[in-house]
Amino acid sequence: MTGLLELRHVEASYGPVQALRGISLSVPEGSVVAVLGANGAGKTTTLRAVSGTVRRSGEVRLDGKPLRGGPESAAKAGIAHVPEGRGTFTDLSVLENLRLGAYTRRDRSVKADVDTMTRYFPWLRERGDQRAGTLSGGEQQMLALARALMGRPRLLMLDEPSLGLAPLIVREIFRIVRELNEKEGLTVLVVEQDARIALNAAASAYVLEVGRVAVSGSSAELRDDEAVRRSYLGY
Amino acid sequence: MAEFWQQVVSGLAAGGVYGALALALVLIHRATGVINFAQGEMATFSTYVLWTLTTNHGLSYWPAFAIMLVVSFAGGVGIHQAVIRPVERGSQVRVVIITIGLLLLLNGLMTWIWSGEVKAVQSPFPGGTFDLGGVAIAYADIGTIAVCLGAVAVLWLFFQFTKVGLALRASAVNPAEARLVGVRVTWMLGLGWGLAATLGAIAGVLTAPSTFLDPNMMQAVLIYAFAAAVLGGIDSPMGAVVGGLLLGVGLNLLGTYASFVGSELRLPAALLVILVVLLLRPAGLFGRQQVKKV
Repeated sequence: MTGLLELRHVEASYGPVQALRGISLSVPEGSVVAVLGANGAGKTTTLRAVSGTVRRSGEVRLDGKPLRGGPESAAKAGIAHVPEGRGTFTDLSVLENLRLGAYTRRDRSVKADVDTMTRYFPWLRERGDQRAGTLSGGEQQMLALARALMGRPRLLMLDEPSLGLAPLIVREIFRIVRELNEKEGLTVLVVEQDARIALNAAASAYVLEVGRVAVSGSSAELRDDEAVRRSYLGY
Repeated sequence: MAEFWQQVVSGLAAGGVYGALALALVLIHRATGVINFAQGEMATFSTYVLWTLTTNHGLSYWPAFAIMLVVSFAGGVGIHQAVIRPVERGSQVRVVIITIGLLLLLNGLMTWIWSGEVKAVQSPFPGGTFDLGGVAIAYADIGTIAVCLGAVAVLWLFFQFTKVGLALRASAVNPAEARLVGVRVTWMLGLGWGLAATLGAIAGVLTAPSTFLDPNMMQAVLIYAFAAAVLGGIDSPMGAVVGGLLLGVGLNLLGTYASFVGSELRLPAALLVILVVLLLRPAGLFGRQQVKKV
């Protein structure tokens, strides 16, 4: 079985520092897959290699077709990458952020999709003209998520959505991600420091260590394996 | 009182030109992060294009004006592609030096093609004045104000209400993020240069009828535009326009009522504005103070 997203021996480096040393992973269509690991293990770089924000070698395929070029091409192919630290345009308004999310689309139902977003995030409705930079951290993360969804992505990539947020808001974000996955069949690849919450949301996970896949398996397997839990997940 | 209002109106006309050129500087500063020192020579070059079309090719003014806008836009995009884009990712000092080189190159090129002698450029507006409540207002002043503000308004509508305008703003404030949503940022930066060149061209052709055309025509105007942009806030498009109008009116009134200033001290007065603003309020009237987030 091949997944919607397939990585084969992907390597990437920042100058002389090699961050990925041959990663292979597969994200089946309609699933939520987590990438776990310590700081510096290469989690963020894995997502950046997929979206082409970092120079990579090896093979990245979306729906069987090899991905080439930079982040613009990845966006066009249907990959929405929400980077670490709330990727919003802080100088632009909430509504403008949402419109930019739909930049690659040519159809006319963008307005209707803005309405759909306000169903998931009701507070967006009254705050459309507010500058994104004036939102709270949690609201910015939700706006980043909503903006990514505006592109009607085939694959959503979330980088550390829990970073610096209160537990209640983190739970809310993951609840929405799960709901989108179950109701709309959205495929999600999520990078997370907090293994516990990620394993709850994901069906399967890859644990990285210094740029390689150390362990992988279903979330239940990883959760129940005492050795894996202790040495890699730290809880 | 009539003289006061007369000076205000002609100050607004001069200020509209400063504002248009200042806005061109702001557009490039937002897109590329540098002051484009060649903005004035680019505008002069465009004015020569208009002069050639009307004088040598027998076109009437407005068709020639339209062609000149297109040529200027293409020229701006071309300059970005050819000399700015290759160094854009390096240090900003390199880009600044490139724009200074461009200034010298264009200036020399204009002297070579059109010689250094001054040329007369016709005004698109009727001569003479009309009376408004006892104040004699020149048609040329009203026309200049209208064209400048019209260009600014069109640009504002483009930025505010079109998808490409939004993408251009997004590229300026956060290029990495813009690429992630699929915006071709380098195209957008090129588009920014094209729009700035077009706006500068408008400032150039509106300056030419009163000063005559020679390769150095816009050098003083560029200093006023610097002052206007600094006064309004170098990152604020609205600030550039308001700064230009304030500066135009202010300098005119100063020249009229403070007899010791005269025309010789106009330029130093503009430099004084730059100095005072940078010392007292570096972000300008409308700019936001840069706050670095950690």
